[in-house]
Amino acid sequence: MSKNDIKVALVGNPNTGKTSLFNQLTGLNQKVGNYPGVTVDKKQGTSKLSATQNAVITDLPGTYSINPTSLDESIVLKTLLKKDIKETPDVILVVADVENLKRNLLLFSQIKDLEIPTVLAINMVDQMAKKGISIDVSLLKEELNTEVILISARKNDGILDVKEAIIRCHVAAKASPLCGIDSKIDPDYFSRLKEISANYSLYELWLMVTQGNYPATITEEEKNKLLAFKKDVTKLKKYQHKETIFRYQEINKILKKTYLVDKSKATDLRSKLDKIFTHKIFGYVIFFLILLVIFQSIFDWASMPMDFIDGSFAKLSDFARANLPKGVLADLIVEGIIPGIGGVLIFIPQIVILFLFIALLEETGYMSRVVFLMDKIMRRFGMNGKSVIPLISGTACAIPAIMATRTITNWKERLITILVVPFTTCSARLPVYAILIALIIPETKLFGFLNLQGLVLLSLYALGFLSAIIAAYMLQKTLKISTKSFFVIEMPNYKIPSFKNVFFDVLEKTKAFVIGAGKIILALSIVLWFLASNGPESYKNAEKHTIESNINNKLQANELEQKIAAAKLENSYIGIMGKSIEPAIKPLGYDWKIGIALITSFAAREVFVGTLATIYSVSADDEDTATIKERMRSEINPDTGKSMFTFPVGMSLLVFYAFAMQCMATLAIVKRETKSWKWPLIQLFGMGVLAYMSALITYQILS
Amino acid sequence: MNTIATLLKGEVGYISEDSLDVIPLKLLEMGCLPGAEVALVQIAPLKDPLYICVNGSHLAIRKETAAQIKILKAN
Repeated sequence: MSKNDIKVALVGNPNTGKTSLFNQLTGLNQKVGNYPGVTVDKKQGTSKLSATQNAVITDLPGTYSINPTSLDESIVLKTLLKKDIKETPDVILVVADVENLKRNLLLFSQIKDLEIPTVLAINMVDQMAKKGISIDVSLLKEELNTEVILISARKNDGILDVKEAIIRCHVAAKASPLCGIDSKIDPDYFSRLKEISANYSLYELWLMVTQGNYPATITEEEKNKLLAFKKDVTKLKKYQHKETIFRYQEINKILKKTYLVDKSKATDLRSKLDKIFTHKIFGYVIFFLILLVIFQSIFDWASMPMDFIDGSFAKLSDFARANLPKGVLADLIVEGIIPGIGGVLIFIPQIVILFLFIALLEETGYMSRVVFLMDKIMRRFGMNGKSVIPLISGTACAIPAIMATRTITNWKERLITILVVPFTTCSARLPVYAILIALIIPETKLFGFLNLQGLVLLSLYALGFLSAIIAAYMLQKTLKISTKSFFVIEMPNYKIPSFKNVFFDVLEKTKAFVIGAGKIILALSIVLWFLASNGPESYKNAEKHTIESNINNKLQANELEQKIAAAKLENSYIGIMGKSIEPAIKPLGYDWKIGIALITSFAAREVFVGTLATIYSVSADDEDTATIKERMRSEINPDTGKSMFTFPVGMSLLVFYAFAMQCMATLAIVKRETKSWKWPLIQLFGMGVLAYMSALITYQILS
Repeated sequence: MNTIATLLKGEVGYISEDSLDVIPLKLLEMGCLPGAEVALVQIAPLKDPLYICVNGSHLAIRKETAAQIKILKAN
């Protein structure tokens, strides 16, 4: 970003096509960062306005008003009120939906009163004829005292006009308030407010009073004077209500002259579709079918690319092993870093497919209908209709799911949703389930057509959802949080999804996963590699001892190598850790080898399989499920002399993995989103105790 | 007393002027203003939330909120 670039903030109601406009203006030149101190993603992009002028465009979260009710919305206020030369936008671009112009102009009128140069882009004008809408643009321009551009962002119409208007607006740099809230509400009160400082517009001062949000430039004296205005809360609330009414009156006056709707032209597609999608029977049936299609595709479509990623990383490891000079560095790369990165990337196919569906459902407007259908049910469990989306996302990965809770304005409902999301069966549990099911459940068909193994997997998914719901119910009863916010969601028009928007949405969420989970999984993989490849004296002697004790057995070279690897692991730090927790996990049916796998699973659950492969010294090149399965099947429990992975042990492990909070990355995200270690720790211990007790009961009953 | 919650599906009413103080600011901002025409578009299968249309905004609100907003029925 160069000094001469115009800083543009993109603001607008949700569902106005703001994202489409952002994508048209910036194309691929966009990136997602973080706002300092807050967790909301900051989307920025550069746009070439003219041959000589560039702009840096910040896409602010969609909001109905500058007065925030959710975390996302508070960003808009914070950004616009900052008064920081580097951050304050030069021009604000307000996007409005032509069909809902009245409501969209409320936000515009608030923005305008901040006295920052503003451009109004009225979007979706291609719908005007169909909806019987006509606008007198030149009069509207005059009345609003601003640049007004008609656009159709999806069709790329009017984008050039927007760019020109931004430049004109920036050059003119004139900004005047639209409404002048003072005289109509309480002239005396507002003139006293205005006297506090000449550095801010009256509306900015009023926002500081009502929202308690102060720019860095404010002096202590000014702040104290502002605080005095905060004392009478009832009066503040009353004036805020009056202000909104007044704004709407002004907007109505303007629209009466400039905006005409011929209602006879209105089509009835919305109500027809609503009748089907929110029907008391069909509504749920359709939702259920959509879920079925989503899960089916996650399994069917994702398996091929996942196998490909898995295979590629195995090859990469071999290649690195063959070409790097032997030593600690090579070991770190081959055994720590490459599998660590592979362990993150393997989930991308499932995550992309899931987010593709969610983005499509959101783009079409269908998701709001799901929220409408599910709100009452979810509320019984202390959640919110909007909790449905995180709970579905959780089946891919808890990290993006927890980030998707930001739209829930009620803190208690949001917190409960965050706390129970990790119960849903995420894709990291799948490899663990797959191998254990293959080991303990026979490959038979029930009633001739129901695959028993598939049925068990399905019940594990059901168990995940069920425990999430039950945990939510219990949290609702025990959490003592009183929240006053209420529920409202807009039911947008049905739309054909824009593929550009869907593409960027999926890209952004996948990136968030790779970066969010990736660094933790990678770091932990390296730590675990260190713990597994170092140890006290006995570790250093493991190789010699193994060779000596096998000197009379005629072993093949690779068999001996495997035995050495297993002996080394047994005597490494992590082996010692596994052995020291053995007394605690023995009642669950596990030995120290499984103990090691439980510990390493804290990086990511699927590491369980890889760890067992190493412990049971399956040679690295045939680390496929069949071999590990055979090896696990022949593992003997020294106490009983029989097979280690019996039905009770397998079931106990399945239950343990269904409940245990074995994901550092999720814990880190929960810490970030709840701004405290309290909640992730409650999750860790709560779910840990539940997992332990359930596995204990399962094993003791079955054995 | 008539409120948005007592409307039948498809019925229309006008938000009464003395509701101003009980309407949450956010709803006001979304167009739920005293004097405005409000139509009950749909009721969710479990009788809650309610899907209303007011001032061109299509919104779903919970029954508890709707029950606080007084209306005059249009005949």
